[in-house]
Amino acid sequence: MNHLFRTLAPITALGWELIDEEARQQLAGSLAARRLVDFAGPRGWQHSATNLGRTEGVAAGPVDGVEALRRRVLPLVEPRAAFAVSRAELADAERGAPDPDLESLQQAARRIALAENTAVFRGWEEAGVEGIVEASPHAPISLSTDLDAVPTQVAGAVEVVRSAGVDGPYGLALGPDVYTAVVETTEYGGYPLFEHLRHIVGGPLVWAPGVEGAVVLSLRGGDFLFDCGQDLAVGYDGHDADLVNLYLVETFSFVVATPEAAVALPPAPA
Amino acid sequence: MGTDQYHEPPGELSPEVRTYVRICTSLIEEAEAINWYAQRLSIEPDEEAAAIMRDAQGEEFKHFSMNLEFLLRRTPAWREIAQGVLFTSDSIVELGDAAEEEALDDASGSSGPPDGSLGIGGRS
Repeated sequence: MNHLFRTLAPITALGWELIDEEARQQLAGSLAARRLVDFAGPRGWQHSATNLGRTEGVAAGPVDGVEALRRRVLPLVEPRAAFAVSRAELADAERGAPDPDLESLQQAARRIALAENTAVFRGWEEAGVEGIVEASPHAPISLSTDLDAVPTQVAGAVEVVRSAGVDGPYGLALGPDVYTAVVETTEYGGYPLFEHLRHIVGGPLVWAPGVEGAVVLSLRGGDFLFDCGQDLAVGYDGHDADLVNLYLVETFSFVVATPEAAVALPPAPA
Repeated sequence: MGTDQYHEPPGELSPEVRTYVRICTSLIEEAEAINWYAQRLSIEPDEEAAAIMRDAQGEEFKHFSMNLEFLLRRTPAWREIAQGVLFTSDSIVELGDAAEEEALDDASGSSGPPDGSLGIGGRS
């Protein structure tokens, strides 16, 4: 048994399979950040900090004639999203019910995916995480409400990053509203805007809850590091006669190594 | 080129399994070499010759360890059991039994990787 205490839960192997598969499906499409940045790990539950390779001075040594530096590390954060599953629903699934109610799990998966994306793109000050958008030294390019102008703006953002000496291919993270608008739009001549933008950036366009507007970033590698300790997992908290209390958990840190490798395209002010 | 290392028809094995088999075979060969040097060293009266053998056996220790680490990385259950046994000082048999029990226990409560995660990962 490990820290997730899964074997203590009143859940059968079939029930765990059902819960894990539902969690995977909900998370896979929503975890935009880790599809666009370097993903290192998973390094395990006991991995607690990312090596920054930096030091800071220690004011005084323990004895005269000894100086010291202190290593700087970035601690991993441990986001956790609780949910509950009805024992009656699990029992029905065991009997073969094809549509067990796992709404609470689905909501928790959306929350923790949103938290991860938000931390990576917009930062999480309380956890010491600097996001891609806030770290970028480039002036944001306001995303026009006129979708005909978007290819020019995205091409301009790519040029800003390239001019800073950061090669491609590039990726484009799109907030849900922008993503939907892009998918629904065809340009003059019927060419899908989605395909046009993909051609411009040379990499994927990703549906990214937590992103406001869009973000262009380099995918060449080495610019953004997502350091994963425990990859997303479902753990057991407790149960009563009606509900099994579970949670989604992960541990990670995020480091922006090359702030100039991304440009934000926030929505134009209303 | 011989294919004696295969227990099943090589053509029916995936490239990943064939690589795994090669490293397993290398591990066995390194263990044999360590064994041979141990015997030779135990009876060699010439100190200069023995020094060469000790040096060569050290190479085999390294090769064995590298092969073992490769196999453990590709076999999570083996790795988990090995972590409970290697580099300890308590009873080897008791540690082995406990590590095996824990590994099987974890596997029964998980439908994914041995760390209990959903195995989602990301762009490497």
